[in-house]
Amino acid sequence: MFRRLPEPAAASVTISVDGKPIAARVGDSVAAAVLAAGIVVCRTTPVGEAPRAPYCMMGVCFDCLVAIDGIGSRQACLVRVRDGMRVDTQHGKRRAGP
Amino acid sequence: MSVLRERYALAVIGAGPAGLAAATTAADLGIDSVLLDEQPAPGGQIYRAITETTLCERAVLGADYWRGGALVERFRASAAQHVPNATVWSVVQGGEIGVSIDDIARLIQAQHIILATGALERPMPIPGWTLPNVMTVGGAQILLKSSGLLAEGRVVLAGSGPLLWLFAAQHLAAGGALAALLDTTPRSNFWHAARHLPGFLASSYVGKGARLIASVRRQVRVVGNVTMLRAEGDGRLQTVVYRRGDGLEQRLASDLLLLHQGVAPNLNLALAARCRPIWDGGQLCFRAAVDAWGASAIAGIAVAGDGAGIAGAEAAALRGRLAALDAAHRLGRIDRAARDREAAPDRAALARWTRGRAFLDRLYRPARQFRVPDGDVVVCRCEEVTAREVRDAVALGAAGPNQMKAFLRCGMGPCQGRLCGLTVSELIAEARSVAPAEIGYYRLRPPVKPITLGELASLPKSAAAIKAVARG
Repeated sequence: MFRRLPEPAAASVTISVDGKPIAARVGDSVAAAVLAAGIVVCRTTPVGEAPRAPYCMMGVCFDCLVAIDGIGSRQACLVRVRDGMRVDTQHGKRRAGP
Repeated sequence: MSVLRERYALAVIGAGPAGLAAATTAADLGIDSVLLDEQPAPGGQIYRAITETTLCERAVLGADYWRGGALVERFRASAAQHVPNATVWSVVQGGEIGVSIDDIARLIQAQHIILATGALERPMPIPGWTLPNVMTVGGAQILLKSSGLLAEGRVVLAGSGPLLWLFAAQHLAAGGALAALLDTTPRSNFWHAARHLPGFLASSYVGKGARLIASVRRQVRVVGNVTMLRAEGDGRLQTVVYRRGDGLEQRLASDLLLLHQGVAPNLNLALAARCRPIWDGGQLCFRAAVDAWGASAIAGIAVAGDGAGIAGAEAAALRGRLAALDAAHRLGRIDRAARDREAAPDRAALARWTRGRAFLDRLYRPARQFRVPDGDVVVCRCEEVTAREVRDAVALGAAGPNQMKAFLRCGMGPCQGRLCGLTVSELIAEARSVAPAEIGYYRLRPPVKPITLGELASLPKSAAAIKAVARG
């Protein structure tokens, strides 16, 4: 769906998505990194469990919600990647508590 | 980034052209100013990633994009404080601002506040618009600007408006390909727009726009007069179905569908601060009600830039300056005569930049069927409410958007109506045969962005506040 344009001296980091390591570029949002890695679905909805993917990339649609380092429903398009970051896709309704 | 203080004379929210210009102007007048922005780098969406984009080939994004650089340089040379990664979730009369940075919420105080929250893409609720691999054109443009990511595969662009053509040109200049561009601009718009043509011909948009469109047409299969559009696929987009005029359905295999039909004011923060929304019959959207300086009816709160009505980046910067001059006057820094004198060249420039907008607004007015959907089309993406459910609720007596919340939870998901507000107001208006101005918009309340209860609970509390709720 998306490919990276060549760029000079791009530093990269590694994040995990559902336990699988993916390479990301320093400066990427989590949503951009996920799309660049060819991962399409980042969550299923709480109401109808329909698959969703990043849609607006500017923080208004809330379709790119994922769990980041254990905290659920983060806007993946507003959080920048950090080396070792753990990203998990979300499924259906979220459960409260541990 | 320097440390956020508890008090400022002026707080500007949003670092797009309006916010950058407002903060710079105010700081240059000696006003203690802070610019709070949700993004990590200044520029807003129009000049997104201008200080850090990896696209070194300047021709890809075009000269208009790079004009934003001067705005950022002037801002950085000013004494205004820039606070990036700052999510403002509340603004209330009296100058209290609720803001979260790195998951820590705080309350700060400003004597005067300028909201420069810009625009967002108008929803384009077609069947299948919630499928993965359907995105907005703006979203794809952000990926290009800030991450150097180029859409590939069978990419289809669909919709209407200047950004559709601009993005097509940028995508092609970056080496991308397009399977098709489906233009949904209604044929009749050309005739309706014609009476605004003289103003447009005298504007700076005309030559630029014509060259851009001609260049895209040479390289891409453009299908005009598209009257029906549908995204199909099992779990993700596979096929774009469209109809031209009243012709037969055509099917196009696609890996990525990018939708766009103009932009509308991003009003959540302004409305939660109790600014009044007014219906703009020309642009078919709600905007914040403000005077010629951007001042709202709420004391100490102004709205600058596209939030007060769509007029584009150059006009936004000028409106940011005007709002800052008025703030300087209200804060006692300059007298009324100085404010008016300083503003005169900005007003003249603003008149130049707004010339020609009426033509563009009318030409690119989205067709009814792409604004007011029918049947099973999802209207509220968060709560998955369909057009039929909204119409049925109207029949049951839900008279407005707020009643719709109670009936259907419509607009109550995490996006807080950003992606359905316009559609729901227009749907109810149509179902009740009244104007959207009579229907109004969702009543919005802080927090306008989700924050955790933990963040709220850890806000610093005064002794009086603790006494007010503690027993004994």
